[in-house]
Amino acid sequence: MTAPLRLYVRRSESAPPDSESRRINISVRVPTDLDVVEEAVDLVARHCLASGVPPKAARFVVRVVLCEALANAIVYGNQLDPAKRVDVRVEVGDEAVALHVCDEGDGFDPSVVPDPTEPDRIELNQGRGLFLIRQLVDEVHFNPRGNAICMIMRRA
Amino acid sequence: MSFTVRKDEAKGVVVIGVDGQLIVGNRHDLKKKVMDSIEAGERKFVVDFAETGYIDSSGLGVLVSLSKKIRETGGDLRLAGLNDDLRTLFELTKLDTLFTIMGSAEEATASF
Repeated sequence: MTAPLRLYVRRSESAPPDSESRRINISVRVPTDLDVVEEAVDLVARHCLASGVPPKAARFVVRVVLCEALANAIVYGNQLDPAKRVDVRVEVGDEAVALHVCDEGDGFDPSVVPDPTEPDRIELNQGRGLFLIRQLVDEVHFNPRGNAICMIMRRA
Repeated sequence: MSFTVRKDEAKGVVVIGVDGQLIVGNRHDLKKKVMDSIEAGERKFVVDFAETGYIDSSGLGVLVSLSKKIRETGGDLRLAGLNDDLRTLFELTKLDTLFTIMGSAEEATASF
């Protein structure tokens, strides 16, 4: 049993001068450790709920896609290097929720990730993470380097 | 998060309950419990998700892996207790075509 890790969440509120809408920003720096993923996901999801994200989304979709993005960042991005960190940032706006996950790795080309539902891939043990993210949120974007993902959930 | 293991002696079915999440951080614990049971001669398994919050792709992957392993030994793995959200994950990934999914652990146990 490892000692509990302390994750510090920063939460701030901003309102663009040209708009009446407000935006809540939540950010947390996560160590490269798979054992802390659940705690980090739970913490961010609770802050999302407190910031006005609908309960159903905060309970399930936010948790699943954040878990996927964090695991990818830790395993494939940071290559399990404990000296590296993963930055999670969430912007809760009136029209959308944007979840950003950025690792310190070299990045990858998301366009070459194969479809895990193809008959010859359906029984593989891995390769469903990015696919699930794309299915569960409304938009997925990467930075040019491929080490930062932005997952957008639009409010109905 | 934890896994509970019980056996229906009458049907010879091992029922494993996922209490919490089945994700990248604990999937190996589930794998070990099932592998230990296979080693002990068990062949019929039900994984019960009635008390589960969410599953990630690593969790789905370990279920695929265990299902293959159990089938290789002549057994079967069946799933139960999935709520609508969890069932959606299986449908999106088309894993609902790979697994026998029952309503409750009792139904899944009785189906053997």
